[in-house]
Amino acid sequence: MQVLQFTDKGIYCPAGDFYIDPWQPVERAVITHAHSDHARYGSKHYLCHHDSVYLLQLRLGQDISVQGAAFGEVIRYNGVSISLHPAGHIIGSAQVRVQQGNEVWVFSGDYKVENDGISGQFEPVPCNTFITECTFGLPIYNWQPQAVIFSNIRQWVHDNQAAGKNSVILGYSLGKAQRLLYHLRDVTDQIWAHGAIYIPHQLLREKGWDLPEIHRITPETPASAYKNNLIIGPPSAADTSWMRRFNPYALGVCSGWMQVRGHMRRRNADAGFALSDHADWTGLLQAVRATGAEKVYTTHGFSSAFARYLTENGIPAQEVKTEYGDTDEELNIPETTSNEQ
Amino acid sequence: MKEFATLIRILSNSTKTNEKLDALSKYMATADAADRLWVLALFTGRRPKRTVNATQLSNWCLQMTGLPAWLYEECYHTVGDLAETIALLLPPGKSISVHPLHYWIDQLIQLEKAEETTKQTFILKAWEELDTSERFVFNKLITGGFRIGVSQKMMVNALADTYDIPAATISHMISGNWDPQKTTMEALLNENITEADASKPFPFYLAYALETGPAELGTPEQWQAEWKWDGIRGQIIKRNGQLFVWSRGEELITEKFPEYQPLLELLPEGTVLDGEILTYANGFPLPFQTLQTRIGRKNVTRKQLQEAPVAFLSYDLLEWEGQDIRTTALQERRELLEQLVEKINHPALRLSPAITFHDWGELAAFRLQAREKGSEGLMLKKLDSAYQVGRKRGDWWKWKIDPLTIDAVMIYAQKGHGRRSNLYTDYTFAVRDGDQLVSFTKAYSGLTDKEINEVDNWVKRNSLEKFGPVRTVKPELVFEIGFEGIAASNRHKSGVALRFPRILRWRKDKPVAEINTLTDLQQLLQMHKQ
Repeated sequence: MQVLQFTDKGIYCPAGDFYIDPWQPVERAVITHAHSDHARYGSKHYLCHHDSVYLLQLRLGQDISVQGAAFGEVIRYNGVSISLHPAGHIIGSAQVRVQQGNEVWVFSGDYKVENDGISGQFEPVPCNTFITECTFGLPIYNWQPQAVIFSNIRQWVHDNQAAGKNSVILGYSLGKAQRLLYHLRDVTDQIWAHGAIYIPHQLLREKGWDLPEIHRITPETPASAYKNNLIIGPPSAADTSWMRRFNPYALGVCSGWMQVRGHMRRRNADAGFALSDHADWTGLLQAVRATGAEKVYTTHGFSSAFARYLTENGIPAQEVKTEYGDTDEELNIPETTSNEQ
Repeated sequence: MKEFATLIRILSNSTKTNEKLDALSKYMATADAADRLWVLALFTGRRPKRTVNATQLSNWCLQMTGLPAWLYEECYHTVGDLAETIALLLPPGKSISVHPLHYWIDQLIQLEKAEETTKQTFILKAWEELDTSERFVFNKLITGGFRIGVSQKMMVNALADTYDIPAATISHMISGNWDPQKTTMEALLNENITEADASKPFPFYLAYALETGPAELGTPEQWQAEWKWDGIRGQIIKRNGQLFVWSRGEELITEKFPEYQPLLELLPEGTVLDGEILTYANGFPLPFQTLQTRIGRKNVTRKQLQEAPVAFLSYDLLEWEGQDIRTTALQERRELLEQLVEKINHPALRLSPAITFHDWGELAAFRLQAREKGSEGLMLKKLDSAYQVGRKRGDWWKWKIDPLTIDAVMIYAQKGHGRRSNLYTDYTFAVRDGDQLVSFTKAYSGLTDKEINEVDNWVKRNSLEKFGPVRTVKPELVFEIGFEGIAASNRHKSGVALRFPRILRWRKDKPVAEINTLTDLQQLLQMHKQ
């Protein structure tokens, strides 16, 4: 039974008459998480996890019609059961489980299996069919444990201080930035951030998230404020004049793409840290196997290679085209960061 | 090995020359003496002999990881570097090795005559002991080519810094035919010993391109003009009763060109000539493609000697009667050179003629005839100039002719390497032939990073088929392709081979219907056939 279909508007459930993360306006949209390639403007009604509600309102407007749900809470549309399950990607991110009769399909949205402390612990959901992202679906992408990466970042910041440089890190403003701040809260006396990061950060603090106090960078901020401190900006700030105020500084980029040297060299960064909010190769395989799915659809990333590998290893899989961020999502996302202002 | 891996990481990440120089100088001042010499050797193209090949490395990596070969290929095309691909694919290492760089190189060299199983055992053990960044540099020692933007010049400056010796002197000391296994840094940087090494060439003096034309160079009377040849820049050295031929890449290539052997008898002792190695017949240079047939081989066949005979078109004299005369004015060096070439009177040694001209307009007209002369433009050299070290502005300029151009459509795209890994940057282009498209060249450089991203995105959305790493794309994007020369070729479907093709610009204004045709290419071939 085709519980979910792949249409030109997005992933569609005919029996329940709703879409998951549609890329065109629809009547009813179930949203996995608040990134702009998954949560788009213009749909009549949105359903998402409680913690995504205010992020969606921040990005799409306070006046949207949005319903929140808890993990595991079952919502029924036309005899179809929908429930959300932790995806561990960013705050509020969820997988969507859809059950029609005895048939269960799960769309992963974006996910990572390592628990980052704020985004929830990814939970494998048993299903017949699993639709999985595979942004990093090649075996060259295996992450180091985050403790190691954060310790490397801390060392880098200290080395910069010793060399009389400020430390600027670029990372996705929703998700990556909070994860960095959660883990690096005490790395320098103060932490300064671009407005694109400051705004969702303050909102999350108001909502009770355990995130540190940070300072917003404005045109009036004196250069002395940055001395020896950590500065966090969105990826789109790279190579712009906005960066000049931090001189002298060293630039670090946090992204799974930094795993490969060529990618890092393209970014003209002083340091690259392969810290990703997507599952690595091992994580993807582990997640797929844990669902026990008989059929897998791969999307969003190295989907053809990952599908072929799964199929050759006894799990029938097929690539589907969606319009979620292409493989360079974390690299070229100017429109995303401007939306987040 | 850790220090070396760190050095490579800093060098490859940094885009700032000063930072790279600092890192190199620091390494040169602190690292193990034998390691330093090897770093110098590696960065000046003196790689240890390859005892394990890329196929073996790939196979052992596949065995160790259990991955299917196609997935390994896919990874390789995404990473764009074999050594790095393997380092990333291997299961985490133990990171327990304390051996220095030279230990690993020595071990690799000793594998030369070893059985395949011995080699495999050694490589697997090395992988196990090293961490990811060390494995990467270890693999690179085998596959070669660090490509981290360390030029000979930077290496020279770092050494000059560390050892407090003038850069030009260092440059001379480290050139030539030395073997890191047989010498030490101290010996190499000891001038007396250097003098004993008769083979050493002088660092080449290189010219920048003259972008705007010669008007701002002052009065024509101060300048000498020559044709600019499209061959291999070289030096011929006669010292200690021996003849040495060097390429600009500082490769000793004496054996490849037996034509020059008679010069051993004819040249006086203590002579160094600078000039162009060219294939040459009936008083005219042959296309560069003919020279290519001579480069890749160690043993030259009689047939090659007949079909692609070489001559040396000399244009400078650097050492005369055992004296370094590089600081003498070009005018005087030239006079000595002309007398020498005339006296020797051998077909293998020719004079690259000076062009007589009275004003810049006249010279500009000569430049337009460059292609007919089998040259790629003009060289302008100040008559009172010294022979300097490396690429310098001011006294020497190259004034090349504009390239030939063809508007063509992209039909295949492939991912690039290094800085361009996981981006579609290598394209194949086609011209029209009736209602068919005929591929005629590949071209790489020439687009900005922004354009490359744009094309990359387009390729991902518009591929028709995938053949391994190559994607066939909709024939839609039109580019202007520039090239320096064109020759008939039966190895290409189009029947032509281009010299130095590159993308000049993206013709977003031009529809595919208006690109050039195969007939246009054939006409260019007829016009420029030599």
